[in-house]
Parts: sequence; structure tokens; C-alpha cells
Amino acid sequence: MLAALAAGLLCAAIALIFFYAPVDADQGLSQKIFYFHVPIAFTAYACFGWGAWKALLVLWKRKPGADQESYVAIHQGVIFGALTLITGSIWAKISWGVWWTWSERQLVLFLVLFLFYCAYFMLRFSVEPGPQRENLCAVYALFGVVLIPVSFLAIRLAENFIHPTVFTSRGPQMATSQFATFCVALAAMIALAGTLYRVELLGKRLDARLRELRELLT
Amino acid sequence: MTAYLADVATLARKDLRLELRTRNTVPAMLLFVVAALVVFHFALPAGSSELAAKGLLWVAIVFTALLGLTRAFVAEREQRLIDGLLLAPCDRSAIWLAKSVAVLGFLVVAEVVALPAFALFFSGIDGATVAGVALADLGICAVGTVLAAMAVAGRARELLLPLLFLPLAIPVVVGGVGASVTGHPGRYLGFLALYDAVFAIISWASFEYVVTE
Repeated sequence: MLAALAAGLLCAAIALIFFYAPVDADQGLSQKIFYFHVPIAFTAYACFGWGAWKALLVLWKRKPGADQESYVAIHQGVIFGALTLITGSIWAKISWGVWWTWSERQLVLFLVLFLFYCAYFMLRFSVEPGPQRENLCAVYALFGVVLIPVSFLAIRLAENFIHPTVFTSRGPQMATSQFATFCVALAAMIALAGTLYRVELLGKRLDARLRELRELLT
Repeated sequence: MTAYLADVATLARKDLRLELRTRNTVPAMLLFVVAALVVFHFALPAGSSELAAKGLLWVAIVFTALLGLTRAFVAEREQRLIDGLLLAPCDRSAIWLAKSVAVLGFLVVAEVVALPAFALFFSGIDGATVAGVALADLGICAVGTVLAAMAVAGRARELLLPLLFLPLAIPVVVGGVGASVTGHPGRYLGFLALYDAVFAIISWASFEYVVTE
């Protein structure tokens, strides 16, 4: 159901991006990557936030299974974060002629977060499974959501500004058709992340169940 | 409240006494930071600006802190000291606060040597840098103690801590370098104070979960 929704939304988003949204007067066709790059970035934030929420449930309610849900959400977040870095890098190459620029705040932030959440996996796989691992991973995931605004502030303090500011305090600086396309693309990415999250979780649960059954047999 | 602070003082005194008797950590940190400064002298080509040297000072501070933090919970894990601490009738966050105070003490000792050595080898140090170092130390010790307690639970503990710690230390470096090299350190010092407050609260609240099962 969710998978069908995600597929439909993705097709709609791609159609809108290429046939409905106007070609940018300044950047031309390359601006279209905006409709992938920014929704993917937002989706990655959503995944990290969802992972932290599940981590909070681990610590607070001791909810069984929340640890695995937190892990899968962060896993999805890292995948979408890596995609953000890749699409951002391509956009930077086309717009500014370089693969990497330290003055692009969002990209730098994603690099920091990417390093942080890769360390999450190192932590997770170096500790024996059990309640202690659940606690450690949950605490680290909570540090992550605190790190996002703190790092953002830090990068803002450290850098000058050449990144085109699209969202300002006066709201999005886009034409209606662009904004509608952006919203559909964002919904599509979130639906895709949700689908992947469900599939991975299902696989992990099946795996755990299979292990249990195998142990019962032996 | 006074009972809590008395617990913290007792636990911190335990760490300091252990260090005074074994002398494992502080001499290593002192040697490391001076050696790092000497390495930096050769890393900076002639004619490099003073600003580059000040940036490297922050690298030295972060890595020296990392060295101290790696050792922070070794006795607790290897000698199973942590079981005794957990059985003690005190709040678990007191263990965190005491350990942070002890690590802070070690780091301050290292910096009392490192900052004059930096002034001697490279360039003079102003008040803003000292204030930045003091504020950064608080944040580094608060966050680092929780992460060190996490890292010792893993298999590759010495490897794990830098990976966990460095992404969280990036904002500290930004604040610290900003305070040292820009003409208006106020906002950077404010940012460091904000970092300290935010991460001290979350570390204080979450430490219990790190050490218990």
C-alpha cells in the first residue's frame, strides 16, 4: 500500500519536475536537481528525528522493538544523508564548478552528521546485543538530534554566505508551480523512506524470528 | 543537594587520588601536548600566519582531551570498579559529574603547560583564547565523559572513542577558533557557553542509561 503510494508519488514528482515546473532563468536545467536534493535532505532529517524519537521510547517507556526501529530509521537517514551529499556535490559542480565547497552550509552539516551517524554504526556493532546496547545506541541517537541544531549554528558562525537562500523568514521564495512540485517531490521522498523503513524492519524482524526458531530446533 | 555534592566530591577525590598514585594519565597528556606543538612547528611552513598556529592549538587541545578521555573509564571496566560505583548509594549522574570534574582537572593541568608552551613556541595568547579554552574544556569534559563510558562497553574501545567524539567536538573547535582568531570573540564565547549548557544537561540526564542495563 505504502509502496504503491511511494511509487505513484515518485512518478508524479518526476513528471512534474520535468514537464510542469518552469526552467530556472538563472541556473537552467541544472536547477531541477533542487527538487531531488532538498526533499532528500528533509527526508534524512525526518529519519534522524524519527530514530531519535524511537530512541527516547527505548529509554523512557522501555518499549520492546523500539531499539530496532530506531536503528532502521537512522540507517535510512544515513542512506538519504549520503544521497544528499552526492546530489549536493553534483549541483555544486554544475553551479559553481567545484565538487565541494565549505561555504555550502547544509552540505557541511550533512558531512558532520554523516560522520556522526557512521560512528553510531561503529558503536552498535562493537557492543554485544542486549539491553546495554539498546541504551548506548539510544543515548547516542539523542545526542544526534541535539547536535543537528548546534552544528548548524556552528557552521553558520564559521562560514560566509554564498549558498542561495530559498527558505527565509518570509517564507519560500519560489513560484507557486515550483513550490507545488517541491511539495510533491518531498511527499514522494518521505513515502519512499517510509517504504524502505518498513521493508527493512520487516526483514530484520523476520531474521530475528528465524533465529529464534532455529534456536528452538537445536 | 549538599549530599549530592558530597558524593561528587568523594568520587572525584577517588579519581584524583588514583591518578596521584599511579600517574598514568596526566604525564602522558603533558608529553603528548608538548610533542604535538613541536610537530605543528614542522607542519607549518615558514611564513605561515599566526592564525594557522592558533587553529592548530585547538587541534592539540582536542586530541589531548581525547587522550585523557580514553583512559577515563579503563579502571572502571578492567577492574570492574563500575560495579562498585553502581552499588554505591548515590545518584548515577553523580558518577558522571565526578568523572567530568576529574577529567577537567587533568585537562586543565595539561593546558597550564600547553598554553605557555604555545606562547613560547608560536605567538602570544590573549584573554579571549584563555576564556575560550576554559569554556571549551567544560563542554569537552561533559560530552566526552559520557562517550568514554559508552566506548569502554565496546570491543574496540580505544578506536571507538575518537569516532564518537570528534563529530561532537566540531562545534567546540568552531567556537574556540572563532574566539581565538576573530576580533569580536563575544558571540563565539556565547556559543561555547550554549554548547556547554545544552550538552551538560543531556549528558547529566542520560548518563544513568549508559552505565546501567
